[in-house]
Formats: sequence, structure tokens, C-alpha cells
Amino acid sequence: MSEESGIDIYRRRFLSGSATAAAGMAIVPGVFLHEIGHAKPAADPVTSDVRWGMLIDSNKCAEGCNDCVKACNDEHGLTGHDRPATDAQWIRKVKLKDKQTGHTQTLPLLCQHCEHPPCVDVCPTGASFKRHDGIVLVDKHICIGCRYCMMACPYKARSFVHETLQDQLPHAPRGKGTVESCTFCVHRVDNDGTPACVEACSAENHNAMVFGDLNDTSSEISKQLRQHSTSQIRADLQLNTGVRYRGI
Amino acid sequence: MLKNSLIILLLAFTTGFAMQSQAGGSILPEIPEAQARFSEDQGCVEPTAEMRRNHMQYILHQRDETVHEGIRTNQYSLNECINCHVSDAEDAPRVSSEEHFCNSCHSYAAVSIDCFQCHADRPAKTTNIHLPSTGGTPEQLATENLRMLESEGIAHE
Repeated sequence: MSEESGIDIYRRRFLSGSATAAAGMAIVPGVFLHEIGHAKPAADPVTSDVRWGMLIDSNKCAEGCNDCVKACNDEHGLTGHDRPATDAQWIRKVKLKDKQTGHTQTLPLLCQHCEHPPCVDVCPTGASFKRHDGIVLVDKHICIGCRYCMMACPYKARSFVHETLQDQLPHAPRGKGTVESCTFCVHRVDNDGTPACVEACSAENHNAMVFGDLNDTSSEISKQLRQHSTSQIRADLQLNTGVRYRGI
Repeated sequence: MLKNSLIILLLAFTTGFAMQSQAGGSILPEIPEAQARFSEDQGCVEPTAEMRRNHMQYILHQRDETVHEGIRTNQYSLNECINCHVSDAEDAPRVSSEEHFCNSCHSYAAVSIDCFQCHADRPAKTTNIHLPSTGGTPEQLATENLRMLESEGIAHE
């Protein structure tokens, strides 16, 4: 974490610049160390040999389908109070409409797991942090609930827990007074699993979401990123997001 | 003077004990039995005396390693404490009750804990990931995890 947060602005611009020029190359710096389909031993810390990412194909994302959102809510025990403005929401469906042609498409929007996350920059306590493998998390033990990160996030990806919670799930501890967001299902990923939303999308045979290691050139996600033209939302902010989109 | 106070203190103690035995109860906490033993010669993951005194250090250390570094070993995991020390029965005591393993001692010692404002105070009945409940080498655990995930159709080659 230290070496990456210490990255100077020149390097940052250079890397982000090349990311825009050749989307695949900057995020795939030729690391071949990761073995495919092999669980990380539980006692080993995560390393920057891996960078987790997601590719979302908005052409395959079915309008009216909400399965990824449902799967996320079930996986983490997210329940609401019928207050859409403040209820916890780690992933949401967004509808885009071209006003000139009337063409509409939908896509899921979640934490983009940026390489240079603004939420981490603004956090006064260090609760908002990026793991070595690129997953951006909130350490709720340290979070004081100031919500600066929510204001800093350009994707509105974070939620604040306003009410006392009960019966949280053992793998998804959540509590009043802390900020939370998509964790890429870190409890699954650490056990060589796939995020719940991706699983739900494949289960419906939509296959609009691919999850994998951006640093592994032979991973499915890297292959697709190499093959197709993809984009980052708000690429102008040069955050080098871990979530990429096709067809927008 | 000192002698007098000593006598008074001794008297207070003995009457205290006498009153207790008359009431037939003990003021010491009743700690629920764990569901399993860590090994043949050791009940908990460290000797009991060590755990009573220093369990928070182990949990705190593990907490940072898990959240920041993704180290998910079971020996000092809070989830595993709960899996072993709290029954998974429908009517298992909640942490607010003095019958709950953690609270049985904590209420006695008057030390409040806030772990369970966020963490589950009972073992989960249905979770998508079932971590192995026994200890083992990282290799064993990794294999076991993978086997379980495969059996649930989560793992992929």
C-alpha cells in the first residue's frame, strides 16, 4: 500500500495517460506470477501481483433485470427502510438514454475500485483504504462516519448506515455510524470465489459481468479487454478504475 | 489499627462466603461450555488462562490482518470463536443476555464490548461460504476451502 500511495503525480499522469491510449496495456504490466484457479493459502497476505477487476458489457445487461442487485443485497444482508435516498446500496442499475435517438441501455454501477481512489485520499482516519490487490474497502473499526469519502466518490458508490442493525451475517459485518460500499465480495475472492453479482448474472445466462485478475494476461477479463474496446466511467478523472464497461 | 482492619476484612470475607453458601449460588459467572475442543490436550486455541487474559489481543491482531491483508486463518478468527462458543440453536442466547458466552464474563467484569454492533453474535445457519471449523496448515485449509466451494458450485478451475 505504501509504495502505491507514495506514487508521484508524474508517474500517475504517465500511467493514466497510457491507460487511455491503450486501455489494456497500462493495467497489464506483464505479471505472470499468478496461477489460475489456485486458492490463495489462507495464511498468506494479498499481494499486488494480482489486481482484481470487472468488465461489464452493457449490451448484454438486460433492461428490467435486477439480479445482480438482489444477489448483492442477499449476500451482505442489506435491508432497507423504504427510504431510497439513504438505504444502503452497494450496486445499482442505471439506465442511459440517448436523447437524440431514444436508444436506451442499462448497466450496473458499483464501487469502481480505482487505482487512485479519491475516497482513500480524503479519509481522515485511514479507514478508507486500498488493498494490495486493488480492492478498495472501509475498515469499519477505524471509520468515524464523517462521510467525506461519500462526497469524494464520483460514482456515488458508498452508503452510510443510519440505523442500528441486527442479525448481520458473519462474513459481512456492518454497523450504524460507518460507511460501506461494494467489497468485490472480498470474503469470496479470498477463498478463490467470484462476487455474488457476477455469479447471479451468469446464472441468468446474461453473462454481462466478468470478474478476474487484470494483471494476469491469460485471464478471461484480460483477454476480453485486449480484444474489445472498453471504457472507464469518468475516465477524465484519471482514477484508473478496476471496473470497465463495454458498449457505452 | 492495622490489626483491627485486618480482622474486619477477614470477617467481611467469611460472612460473604457464608451468605453465598446459604443462598446456594455463586457470584462467579456461569460460562457456557464450548461446542468442541481445539485439540486433545487443549480446550481453546491457546491455554485457557492465556485466553481469559489476552483473548482481545489475539482478536485485534487477527482483525487487522484479515481486513487489510486478506489473511483468513481460523485460529484467532472472531467468527470461529462464535461458531464454537455459541450454540447454533434457534433459541441460542443473544449477546445482550448473560447466558451468551462473551457477555457471561463481560457483564461480570463490567467491561462493555462493541464487537457485536457489527459482527454476528451467533453462528450463521446459512452462509454461502462455510469455512472449515478445525485448525490446520494453510495448505490443508486452502484445499478444504476449495473442496467446500466446489461442492457448492462456487469454485472454478
